[in-house]
Amino acid sequence: MAKSVTHEFVKGLWAEIPPFRLVLGLCPTLAVTKSVEDGIGMGVATTFVLVCSNVLVSSLRKVIPSKVRIACYIIVIASFVTMVELLMKAYRYPLYQSLGIFIPLIVVNCIILGRAEAFASKNNIIRSLADGLGMGIGFTLSLAALGAVREILGSGTFLAMPVFGPSFKPFHFMVEAPGAFMSLGLMLCFMNLVGKK
Amino acid sequence: MRDMVKMVVVLTLLSTVSGGLLAAIHNQTAARIENQILEYVQGPAIKTIFKGATNNPIADRFKLKDGDVERTFFVAVYDGTPRGVAFETHGKGFGGDVGLMVGIDTKTNKLYGVEVTTHSETPGMGARATTDPDFAPQFKGMNLGKPFKVTQDGGSVNALSGATITSRAVCSAATDADKIYERLKPQIEKELKEFKK
Repeated sequence: MAKSVTHEFVKGLWAEIPPFRLVLGLCPTLAVTKSVEDGIGMGVATTFVLVCSNVLVSSLRKVIPSKVRIACYIIVIASFVTMVELLMKAYRYPLYQSLGIFIPLIVVNCIILGRAEAFASKNNIIRSLADGLGMGIGFTLSLAALGAVREILGSGTFLAMPVFGPSFKPFHFMVEAPGAFMSLGLMLCFMNLVGKK
Repeated sequence: MRDMVKMVVVLTLLSTVSGGLLAAIHNQTAARIENQILEYVQGPAIKTIFKGATNNPIADRFKLKDGDVERTFFVAVYDGTPRGVAFETHGKGFGGDVGLMVGIDTKTNKLYGVEVTTHSETPGMGARATTDPDFAPQFKGMNLGKPFKVTQDGGSVNALSGATITSRAVCSAATDADKIYERLKPQIEKELKEFKK
């Protein structure tokens, strides 16, 4: 039996939240979560691409021949990513500077291709939209949460506002690569403990 | 056979639409992106180099053809006379091109100063070229006319410790700037004269 549209939206927020439950899209998850702001920026950019590509792939699903479907998805995804890159350069240049190479790399983010292949190519437009939006918001929340942990411990700030007194010595370790692996691992562990039935 | 044709048609159509769309967006945003880069990448460098200029060097710029490339020159006015020009050159660094804004005093043939604009050098090593308080400022007041070299290569520029390749890149960019300035001197002087009126 087909599940409701609301279900497709909500599943991305907890039950199948991308980086933790699907464990997809780890490259940006690890690389750009040095601060909350970068995490949210990356999440919003990815959500935009995810929603647009899901809708387009779903509306073209009857036209795209199955033998070249991956190539078609890549064209669709790459176009939206380039669009995001140009728009971000034009309107949010400082964010573009801090995300850098990871914006063009959204093309190879497996969440997006994964949703296009596993969901949008088999479902109608409304459901694909709900799925993309849910997954995107889930991804944004995860990046923001991971970014918050790393920013608070690693730089002693939250959204660039100091949270501790001046006596606080930040753990620089947390904003570097090993800190990303550690916090991701601990968060996964926490999610599994909480979600255990 | 019909499958083949369909594949080709679908892929061609998708690529064409995507290409057209992106070209349109690129055209729409190109001017804005150029302004953003001026403001966030070149702007701070120019302001540091031309500290105390009485005009706004970012607004007072002109373009000159140098062979196949078009270069942008920024003019600085001191005591009522336009005597400083700054433009960007590149040197080969450890992680890619190092962009350098070079300010030249056209009266004395000396450097007003240099500032690194874009780079992809190692954080904590070559990346210090942008922040090290002793590195970039040492170029201030140096004479043009002979290649800039680090002390290891028999020159007078003190390299960043542990980042000789980056320091060499900065030197070669400065040397290039000198050559370009020599080559375009008549045109630059003409532009500066016209600027007075």
